[in-house]
Amino acid sequence: MDSEAKHRVVVSILWAAALLTLGVLAYIIALVLVKGLPVVTPAFLLESPQAMGRAGGIFPTIVGTIALTIVAVLIATPLGVGTAIYLTEYTYENRLTRVIRFGAECLAGIPSIIYGLFGFIFFVIKLKLGWSVLSGGLTLAVMILPTIMRTAEEAIKAVPVSYREASFGAGAGRWQTVTRAVLPSALPGIVTGIVLSVGRSVGETAAVIFTAGSSLHIPTSVFSPTRTMAVHFYILAREGLSMERAYGTAAVLIILILAINTVANGLVLRFQARGG
Amino acid sequence: MRFLSSDQFIRRALLVSALSSVAMLALIAIFIFAEGTPVMLRRGIGEFLLGTRWAPTKESFGILPMIVASVCVTLGAMVIAVPLGVACAVFLAEIAPRRVANFVRPAIQLLAGIPSVVFGFVGIVVLVPLIREYLGGPGLSVLAASIILGIMVLPTLISIAEDAIMAVPRTYKEGALALGCTHSQAIRRVILPAARGGIIAAIILGMGRAVGETMAVIMVIGNAVKIPHSPLDPARTLTSNIALEMGYAAGEHQEALFATGVVLFVFIMILNSLASVKLAPTRR
Repeated sequence: MDSEAKHRVVVSILWAAALLTLGVLAYIIALVLVKGLPVVTPAFLLESPQAMGRAGGIFPTIVGTIALTIVAVLIATPLGVGTAIYLTEYTYENRLTRVIRFGAECLAGIPSIIYGLFGFIFFVIKLKLGWSVLSGGLTLAVMILPTIMRTAEEAIKAVPVSYREASFGAGAGRWQTVTRAVLPSALPGIVTGIVLSVGRSVGETAAVIFTAGSSLHIPTSVFSPTRTMAVHFYILAREGLSMERAYGTAAVLIILILAINTVANGLVLRFQARGG
Repeated sequence: MRFLSSDQFIRRALLVSALSSVAMLALIAIFIFAEGTPVMLRRGIGEFLLGTRWAPTKESFGILPMIVASVCVTLGAMVIAVPLGVACAVFLAEIAPRRVANFVRPAIQLLAGIPSVVFGFVGIVVLVPLIREYLGGPGLSVLAASIILGIMVLPTLISIAEDAIMAVPRTYKEGALALGCTHSQAIRRVILPAARGGIIAAIILGMGRAVGETMAVIMVIGNAVKIPHSPLDPARTLTSNIALEMGYAAGEHQEALFATGVVLFVFIMILNSLASVKLAPTRR
């Protein structure tokens, strides 16, 4: 076989690999949507489950998912963006910044079950928050912190130096420059990180099942235990309570994840277009 | 009391938030180790790590079967993910027309967004019955977990391997082409060897993902506590051991689950350090 023919074989193999990966993705989404969407009716979304989820809807788990995500984002965003501002605007590369970056990198690599163990022993037991929206939200906040920090740092770094120079030249202080010139320009990038973190929080199971609990009641405060959609789906599927309702819950999860990723991608494209 | 100027106050507040991730990492390590190590020391580290009997009600805590299972599913996942992932990375970096790459890349990252419970569920309803029917055994097996994990780690592996390939200087490829190589010869003989460090880092980080994955594995591996002798045997990984029993464990049993977490934590830290050493040269 001459080298041109070999090249064509290699190229076809590489195309096949990419198509196979896309095929798996498409198959998973199609399977869940085809079997799940017929179950997703307004009643399914707005009613409470009956008989542990064998009948009824998933409303309390939607509330639980949203509550946990909001708590996580509210806590992780200021910390993550604050870290990014400190690293880019308030210091130079030194030993401390290397330690901070290393810490965030390690945090990003820790598996969610370890977050679950930590959240259980620290927030649930030691801080006596019990199985609650707050415990689960705090655990998720620690988990998404590295993502928010890294995307914010990249977005802030991408803001042209001339913006800062113009702001300093106009007599603004450092903090004014950050809040008036740098952050508005970096906002789409920062929001992308937050949106991706929301996606991760929504789909997370191992870190929340031992921190937020699995109560099927609608949470009334941040101290109430709750069950997220992902946990509900896991329990339905694993305990074989109702395959039909498991598919329905999975479909709602997948649609949410698709929407979140579409928004994030749209933001990335807009951000890139503006940055040139 | 001395008041800080607002600029100093802001600087300090930002520094505190910057230290939060390091503080959290330290807290996680401290609490997992504080809960997990006493039982290991009491029962003997050797007995805990190398014991083959896990019977919490009879106070017997040996996690060797779980360690073996975690290693097996991780290596099994790599058998699938490495060829497929590296091929996809080369495709995105070298072969795909720009418009195709701009479609394929976010699609692959979407795979990373799909919750692990959904992967596990698809494993139960599609993969496990297929294995049971065509290969035998209970279907819930090391093989099923390896395949699911192999797919789940693809996004991590692909994006880091692609970055590594993209970081190879253009001149390398141009030189190879100028010497009369075909594009695929240039990829195999020049670009891939030059990107080797980054690709190895991608593989190690993929292994870290696979070792740590929990919910998808629980759903497809069968969770029997014994050392698997064939890919078709059911097994129980370190992660599934924790997640399965955490809900009802108490006392020494709960400590033993935290000790399982310690072993997992150490595994992950070793893998991540190796990857960051491998990535260090490409970052400069």
